[in-house]
Amino acid sequence: MLNELDRPVDRRVLGIRVNGEDHQLLLPVHKTLLEVLREDLGLTGTKHGCELGECGTCTVLVEGEPHLSCLVLPVQLNGREVTTVEGLAAGSELSPLQRAFVDLGAAQCGYCTPGMLLAATALLRANPMPSNHEIREALAGNLCRCTGYSKIVEAVELAARA
Amino acid sequence: MPDLKIVGKAVAKPDAPAKVIGAAVYADDIVLPRMLHCKILRSPHPHARILSIDASAARRIRGVKAVITGEDLPIKFGILPVSQDERALEAEKVRYVGDPVAAVAAVDEETAAAALDAIRVEYEVLAPVMSIEEGLEQPKDERIHASRSLPANVHRLQSYEFGDLEAGWARARHQREDLFFFQGNTHLPMEQHSAVAQWVDGRLTLWSSTQVVHYVHRALARVLELPMTRIRVIGAVHGGGFGGKTDPFSHELVVAKLAMITGRPVKCTLTREEVFYAHRGRHPVLMWVRTGVDEDGRITAMHFRSALDGGGYGSYGAASVFYTGTLQTVTYDIPAYKFEGVRVFTNKPPCGPKRGHGTPQPRFALELHLDKIAQEIGIDPVELKRRNFVKPFTRAVNWLRITSCGLEECTDKVLAASGYATRARRRGRGMGFAVSAYMSGAGTAIYWNDMPHSEVQVKVDRTGVTAYCGAMDIGQGSDSVLAHIVAEELGVEPADVRLVTADTDSTPIDLGSYSSRVTFMAGNAALEAARKMRALLVSAVAERMGVSGDLDEIEVGGGRIGDFEFLEACELAETRWGALSTAGAYTPPRIGGPFKGSGVGPSPAYSYSAAVVDAEADERTGIVTVKRVWIAHDVGRAIDPLLVIGQVEGGVYMGLGEALMEEQTFRKGLHKWPSMLEYKSPTFLDTPEIETFLVETVDPEGPYGAKEAGQGPLLPVIPALNAALFDALGVWVDETPITPEKVLKALKDGRVGPKAFPAVPWPEPIVVAPPAPDDMRIGAELEAAFAQAGGDA
Repeated sequence: MLNELDRPVDRRVLGIRVNGEDHQLLLPVHKTLLEVLREDLGLTGTKHGCELGECGTCTVLVEGEPHLSCLVLPVQLNGREVTTVEGLAAGSELSPLQRAFVDLGAAQCGYCTPGMLLAATALLRANPMPSNHEIREALAGNLCRCTGYSKIVEAVELAARA
Repeated sequence: MPDLKIVGKAVAKPDAPAKVIGAAVYADDIVLPRMLHCKILRSPHPHARILSIDASAARRIRGVKAVITGEDLPIKFGILPVSQDERALEAEKVRYVGDPVAAVAAVDEETAAAALDAIRVEYEVLAPVMSIEEGLEQPKDERIHASRSLPANVHRLQSYEFGDLEAGWARARHQREDLFFFQGNTHLPMEQHSAVAQWVDGRLTLWSSTQVVHYVHRALARVLELPMTRIRVIGAVHGGGFGGKTDPFSHELVVAKLAMITGRPVKCTLTREEVFYAHRGRHPVLMWVRTGVDEDGRITAMHFRSALDGGGYGSYGAASVFYTGTLQTVTYDIPAYKFEGVRVFTNKPPCGPKRGHGTPQPRFALELHLDKIAQEIGIDPVELKRRNFVKPFTRAVNWLRITSCGLEECTDKVLAASGYATRARRRGRGMGFAVSAYMSGAGTAIYWNDMPHSEVQVKVDRTGVTAYCGAMDIGQGSDSVLAHIVAEELGVEPADVRLVTADTDSTPIDLGSYSSRVTFMAGNAALEAARKMRALLVSAVAERMGVSGDLDEIEVGGGRIGDFEFLEACELAETRWGALSTAGAYTPPRIGGPFKGSGVGPSPAYSYSAAVVDAEADERTGIVTVKRVWIAHDVGRAIDPLLVIGQVEGGVYMGLGEALMEEQTFRKGLHKWPSMLEYKSPTFLDTPEIETFLVETVDPEGPYGAKEAGQGPLLPVIPALNAALFDALGVWVDETPITPEKVLKALKDGRVGPKAFPAVPWPEPIVVAPPAPDDMRIGAELEAAFAQAGGDA
């Protein structure tokens, strides 16, 4: 197949499972998971800050583990389950972590929030009562410029107690 | 002040629920039918003439719908009327690596990128100017911007004298001179700038991640030569600004033009690298200061010089120079003050306003300079600063009017909490103290006019209440301020107030989310509009209740007005008059002094902060680790304390980043590290516990007494950290950031910092007679007095 630039491009039909829903997509193999989520599936809740794996903003869960979606190719997934920020609430009920972010002002501009929520969700699954330092360590790959991180740490602590 | 029911209450931000479920729509999330993608070709040279641009090959690529160059957008623009020096796409010359020269709209980003590769630009490379010192020398090839009157690459030159300097120096028992350098750094918002334009039937709509829809509206009208009535600018949900999205930008004008040409929606989202080039961040500033003190350590005179590295364009720079010289006088009583400032053009991305705009640099210098004086004359630095604190309700030597002032209380709070006075003394561990002040909005608009700085409308009908305001919530919580104030006045909950903000079609003018002006100005406008609406609702209810005379006995609150539920009261009012609208507006009082340039610095109120930083410094590695920060902030009144504390913590964090690691620097004309990995910013692990104290001085002119919180708390953190390093190791690092290399060098040499201030052709100073310290006159009364005295106000 050729693209608009008459360059050959390898496109494949891929099955991808996101937030419990199965999708069959025809994708160029070089397209990143971040691009597929935002552009092909309309899941724009996943944000991007650098698209180079440096800022943590585009974090999603793959089988419950945090991954940088800008560095993952859907061909690598082999049917593994992806969770994005849109998949955290139970219907219209916010998860305890989402609730804590709202109540404690842990989301200011909110742009890093989806990535933070997913990284923190993975942390709380692995370690339901993390210490302040464990929270900081687990989230250290996610940058935030608004909060000074304090309210995010408090929100994770609050959610852990919920 | 009556009992407040909503103001002062911690309430979740109204936009937070959408943000935690991924439903908030930021500019790059917008997808319109048939939307094209835009990419911008940028200069690879720091300084060059453009000889020719050939886009014919790019235009032939399938999927490319339009290619534009400087010829298509020839009209210059710029945020300040005195600096209309940018073009959306440069046609004649480029002034920094990253300067935009051409743009493509194509069916997808990949095609647009390929089209950029196919554009041929022929440049004549010129010698770049890469430092303040070079900017003051005769240019090797040519000036970066032509000028009829200014030498070398000087952009602005200023010189002022307030009060009797000679008498001040004569009275001084001790004098000291110091040199400081504050390195440039950038905002690094998590969201890259993005804009989407749509052109339908002669009408342009632009969604953008901007801090000021009004300024973008004005720039679009000017450059595209469209009437403002045909342009709508909508602020998309905002992913962080810190001052970096306050200028109108090339990509906003470019997507608009491309949408007009192609008839299709066009989106441009900058890459992270491009965000570093868009910049408008902290100016690198070299400073020299000389101060005289009497035997008690009271300041008798001060002379402050600053030299700013402006980058390739004016941006806010003309104001930035003033800001490096004005706010010294609103924390310390300086009876005689001379300020000289210069800004030079260099071949780097343009500098502009970043959190604290032009004041963190001199604050850094001033606080450390006073620390050194205190040390030299054997007075405790906190005590020396306290002896010089300004008093509330006084007028500074440069005519700045000080109203509410919580300096003393802020100082008490952080000293007590940190145990500063009784800290354990051991090598490698230290504490530093500093204070600061910041404006609650600029007293003068950036383009001269007599109109209000903020306007708010409140609408009520049978479905409830809506507030309309042009201010953009950039995450700081301006929407909360609006909702709190309207809810307080109408006796409902903030969640009952619907908000329409930052949309030039539907909201009245607000000058935007910068200069820490929104709470004070939009807050006061909202208060006026809400109070007018309250009066109408009360009068409709009174009529039905048969109350006449004193309507104050009709209670408003708890979702009720008199005998009626709020919505019933709305129905009564609508029945009586139809759907209701009220308007409120805020214009700052005219408080500037009788001299040219007095418009920069005056603010209707100043916030005050004090901070103590506790740090560990390892003399083996040079690594400085901040253990804890105590900060007290005089916010006047916290409309929502949760959000105010969030602003303070964010400011402290950003200050620590500037103090310890953030720097935007260049090598051979190239940005050294235009990426988030290499441009170091603090992570969770680098950010200490921050203990915040809010001090409420209840400002007489702020809404419910409120002042700013978004910028001021950054300021004292940086000098307090350097002072803590001195406390720990006995060495001064008189520049930012404090890197481990500098600490080790300081241990060897005793000090790291600039060694000389370059020769500057200072003009004759504008000599200004100071006011009486108790002269609190404002507005017409003040101006009449100037006129009588023969002033030029």
